Amino acid sequence: MTTLLNVRDLRAYYGQVQALHGLEFELREGSMTTLLGANGAGKTTTLRAICNMIRSTGSIEFEGNKLGSRTTENIVRLGIAHVPQGRGTFTTLTVEENLQLGAITRKDKAAIASDIERMYDHFPVLKQRYLQQAGTLSGGEQQMLAVARALMLRPRLMLLDEPSFGLAPLIVRDLFKILGKINREDKVTILVVEQNAQLALELADKAYVIETGRIVMSGTADEIANNEDVRKSYLGY
Amino acid sequence: MSTVQEVVTEAPVIEDAIPKKAMALGPVASLVILALLIATPLFVKNFIIFQMTMWLIYAIAVLALNILTGASGQFSLGQSAFYALGAYTSAILMEHGDINYVLTLPVAGLICFIAGFLFGLPALRLSGIYLALATFALATAMPQLLKLGVFEHWTGGVQGLVVTKPDAPAILASLGLKVSQDMWLYYFTLAVSILIYIFSVNLLRSRSGRAMMAIRDNEIAASAMGVDVSLYKTLAFGVSAGITGVAGGLGAIAVQFVAPDGYTIQLAVALFLGMVVGGVGWLPGSLAGAAFIVFVPNIAESVSKGLSGAVFGVILILIIFLVPHGARQIAYGAQGLIGKLRRN
Amino acid sequence: MELFTNQVLAGIATGAIYACMALAVVMIYQAIDHLNFAQGEMAMFSTFVAWQLMQWGLPYWVAFVLTLIFSFIGGIVIERLLFKPLAKAPVLTHVAGFIALFAIINSVAGLLWDFTIKQFPSPFGSSPFLGSQLISTHQAGMIFVTLILLVLLFAFFRYTRVGLAMRAAASMPESARLVGINTGWMIALGWGMAAAIGSIAGMLIAPVVFLEPNMMGGVLIYGFAAAVVGGLSSPLGAVVGGFLVGIFENLVGTYIPGVGNELKLPIALALIITVLVVKPNGLFGRAIVKRV
Repeated sequence: MTTLLNVRDLRAYYGQVQALHGLEFELREGSMTTLLGANGAGKTTTLRAICNMIRSTGSIEFEGNKLGSRTTENIVRLGIAHVPQGRGTFTTLTVEENLQLGAITRKDKAAIASDIERMYDHFPVLKQRYLQQAGTLSGGEQQMLAVARALMLRPRLMLLDEPSFGLAPLIVRDLFKILGKINREDKVTILVVEQNAQLALELADKAYVIETGRIVMSGTADEIANNEDVRKSYLGY
Repeated sequence: MSTVQEVVTEAPVIEDAIPKKAMALGPVASLVILALLIATPLFVKNFIIFQMTMWLIYAIAVLALNILTGASGQFSLGQSAFYALGAYTSAILMEHGDINYVLTLPVAGLICFIAGFLFGLPALRLSGIYLALATFALATAMPQLLKLGVFEHWTGGVQGLVVTKPDAPAILASLGLKVSQDMWLYYFTLAVSILIYIFSVNLLRSRSGRAMMAIRDNEIAASAMGVDVSLYKTLAFGVSAGITGVAGGLGAIAVQFVAPDGYTIQLAVALFLGMVVGGVGWLPGSLAGAAFIVFVPNIAESVSKGLSGAVFGVILILIIFLVPHGARQIAYGAQGLIGKLRRN
Repeated sequence: MELFTNQVLAGIATGAIYACMALAVVMIYQAIDHLNFAQGEMAMFSTFVAWQLMQWGLPYWVAFVLTLIFSFIGGIVIERLLFKPLAKAPVLTHVAGFIALFAIINSVAGLLWDFTIKQFPSPFGSSPFLGSQLISTHQAGMIFVTLILLVLLFAFFRYTRVGLAMRAAASMPESARLVGINTGWMIALGWGMAAAIGSIAGMLIAPVVFLEPNMMGGVLIYGFAAAVVGGLSSPLGAVVGGFLVGIFENLVGTYIPGVGNELKLPIALALIITVLVVKPNGLFGRAIVKRV
């Protein structure tokens, strides 16, 4: 398997404050990787740095393309879909318009239409509400919409920022099942940032643990799940 | 997490929160500025003293807008209406009622406070652009209302009223001090300005001030914490209008004349620009903003008669390009620099 | 009753002016989520350009199209030069920028074309429309053009990808970037389109109010009011709002005693505010759900 995303010596700043201190990791093509860490460890910052939404230095390579100097929208156009924290729903637009926006950079009209149908198959609840203002959806529905919107890009890589946040446990399970399916069937590489470590580790192939802006541990999901420290700090047993 | 059906389509006017302390100046800087304000008139001509008086008066009006917009987050293009109301109150009391000019000012302030408070009630339902439009309507209506025939006996209609300029108190002359009318009025205005400044700084540091700023930063959260949003929003309107009214009264005395066309929307726009140039929510910036209002049009005029509007616009653009946060940005920059130098 | 119908008709005729301007207001609001106080001056300047082109001997429709192109490019240039550098400045600083732009355009137009009133031709003529003394063919033509513009704008926002991208960029810029939209250019495009629509409004209004640098002052205020009544986010609302404001203004002038020309504006505005107090999002605006 080849490396899809290669991050070297990533340092990111909020104003004067440095949030990432030389982060290094890589994503294998087709893998599902999770980034674990406590609040404020730098998980969200890492995702934001990949999409150049925050000032950062270091090298990020995506399929051989350097991302450093590209704008957010140009990075997205390379095939990186980012589902941000808070879901980034276009609240005033309809559900269907949200999906169309996910594919706004694509030109293949027929394929877009069939992709929308595919999303409705994945998430039937969205089909029921396709004309509804997206802001009126429940939190879980909005999260599904956000994932569906990201998939409309036909991304090579999907970045998910705490998809389980604020959702009921049953809904979270469903969502992760679908994510697994997308990863296996559509060959989308996924990097998911999660507080719900147990669930994330169940699904992922590989995991990184991040603390105060540094990677402190990496390995296969099983190795990490069985690590004593991780169990104590993140899994709670 | 709760969902609230909000009627607002606009983000709050003020996005960068201003810390409470940062609304005033430190003691050293305050004293230096005060000393300059006291000393300068002794060395300049009467006309310049008059201009400085107008500068202080506009500074009061800009400060009033700063309390409304900077502290409580409400936007107003209608300040000229309250300024006019204050000006006419003073003028009518002095000319028709033979009341001492000093006493007319609190009356002007009180009437404007009530008017502002009442206007604040319907304005509660509006925010952002809608509030801007409502206050704008007030500003355009005021000159027309003042012209109405019904009030002509009192207001003098289109002609307006001439106001007698007060002399310096006789006691000064008996002490052997020769104080011109202009100079006396300047120091009188300065005293009023200082009083209002102190009042405003204390207001914003008080419970009420904190309540207003909480509303500015997040109205829903503020009401959840038990802040009476309606009361404080209308109160902010009232206080702002009251202070503007005092400025208007002083303005009438200084210019010796009130007429409807002196208080058009242009005045409201000028006060708004003064606030932006001074730095929204930073009270000392009102002085810088008022200087912009008084002096920049003259500068533009002297650069080019035909293109004075364009010159004015270009100066304004240069200012907002260089310091988008107004004079506040310069003051903070200087403060940071001084701090660095001290540490080295 | 006849007086009433006549005044309503006359109101619709003036309302077309406001409706046209309100469309431009809604356009810029869709793009930048703000009102542009210099919009009237931009439209005035465009109209002068059209006038100048005709003075140089170009036929009306050629001047019309050239003016449209000039305005579109001009709007984009203004955004790139003036407002893009201010992108991170506070909103109130932007408003100050609009006021500066207002002063500059007004003053430059005054210098180039002076302040005397100029006649501006109408492509529709000015004979009575269908025998009615109240509406001229020009006013009927103006209503017609406004409605066409409305349909075009509606279709643009509803059915085109660029229109959708523009709406997305205006409402949630960060999310828009994350689906690959270049939000900066969407804003510039919005400026260009608003300037072009404004130029159409200016060229339609000029035969009625005559051409001079201050011609748009009152019109823009009514245009704002119309857009606000309509809900700011809806082109249809803007047009309906424009006609309503026109009718309002005429009825107020006719039926309320002692209301001269000068008090018409404040009273119309006061009524509009009453509408807003009852319905804060305008007649056609959508309430926005906010999560805390």
